[in-house]
Amino acid sequence: MFPARSNEMNMSALHSLIACHECDLLHRVQSLHYGERAKCSRCGALLYAKKRDSFEHTIILALASLIFFTLANFFPFMTFELNGRVQVSLLSTGVQEFFERDMWELGILVLCASIIFPALKILGMLYVLGPLEFNRRPWHAALVFRMVEHCRTWAMMDVYLLGVIVAVVKLSDLANLVPGVAIYSFVALIFTLAAADSALDTHMVWEKMEKIS
Amino acid sequence: MRGVYPTAARSGLMSCHACHQLSRIPPVLSEGEPICPRCEAHLHLRKPNSISRTWALLIAAYILYIPANVLPVMTVISFGKGEADTILSGVKELIHAGMVPIALLVFFASITVPVLKLLALTYLLLSVQYKSQWRPRERTKLYRMTEVVGRWSMIDIFMISILIALVKLDAVATIEPGPGAISFAAVVILTMFAAMSFDPRLIWDNIEEKS
Ligand SMILES: [Zn+2]
Repeated sequence: MFPARSNEMNMSALHSLIACHECDLLHRVQSLHYGERAKCSRCGALLYAKKRDSFEHTIILALASLIFFTLANFFPFMTFELNGRVQVSLLSTGVQEFFERDMWELGILVLCASIIFPALKILGMLYVLGPLEFNRRPWHAALVFRMVEHCRTWAMMDVYLLGVIVAVVKLSDLANLVPGVAIYSFVALIFTLAAADSALDTHMVWEKMEKIS
Repeated sequence: MRGVYPTAARSGLMSCHACHQLSRIPPVLSEGEPICPRCEAHLHLRKPNSISRTWALLIAAYILYIPANVLPVMTVISFGKGEADTILSGVKELIHAGMVPIALLVFFASITVPVLKLLALTYLLLSVQYKSQWRPRERTKLYRMTEVVGRWSMIDIFMISILIALVKLDAVATIEPGPGAISFAAVVILTMFAAMSFDPRLIWDNIEEKS
């Protein structure tokens, strides 16, 4: 990557240039081969990458995520057995318990991080990429796609899974724990959604959106 | 090759934080916020009031860090006897139970990461305010790390939510979340917002010459 020279700034140049989002250095956009990444020559930040069949792969992975998400929410997450008493819990049971104890701050937090933001992310991806694949621009596409990008930070299913593991380890002496269908779906969801994330080429989405509008 | 680095700002351009499209900086910036022609996001040359916003969030996080560590995050009640756990005592218990790898994981996520994040952001803010020229590339890497690693501190909060969902056998065993959990969650969220409101380009704005 060579930094662009500052004396060639006419209007048409705006599209052929990109500024590093971490150090503001200007670069000329270069066409990459599949699998290549362009990094900032000054600070090393990832500028953009070219991915093979980005739209198709992202849509398929997001659809798979949607199925796993549904399973994870409606099937038993884990069963707890102690002295003959059995307690079945769902993914959302912890949230309910927080609300019952008037700790709504934590209830909302866990609800958003483990259910709402993942759902918004999956639905948002499908809403924007599905029509774009057929050269249509959905209503408020830019707004929705910006939201999808925000969900990257706030959807925390991977962290949630580690929380599950720590909780299981803590209880393993005390009681018998049986994992349910939902927990396997949840693990699958983490993988498909991470794969959808890495298949997604955000620059391509913005460029396509601009062409169609 | 020496000379001034060609940045967007020095070329009269600003980059959209959402879609990275470049736009010209309008001659009069006061007339409302410009909007990105491609994705309709508000455009800013740098994140607005980055330094003061980050300081405010960071100081709030420092203050809440104390109750987060002193107050119990949860109480395990079995057969009428309650035992309160703080973040640190939860780690100790895991070590006593012989679960060292999990204990290390929780220690790293709940104790090391929040402290390092608070210190790293404080250092980054001070280095920008004192116009430090020292190792901008490494400071940018430090920023990138604080941004990525922050969410992992939520492990403890999620663990509590799973424990209260599973263990509710009235007299035999129940688990009650404690006030420390709210403070702890607030620290994690505040530092995440602080990392987001910090603009790493400020590190580089002080660096003019190629070396
Ligand atoms: Zn850079």
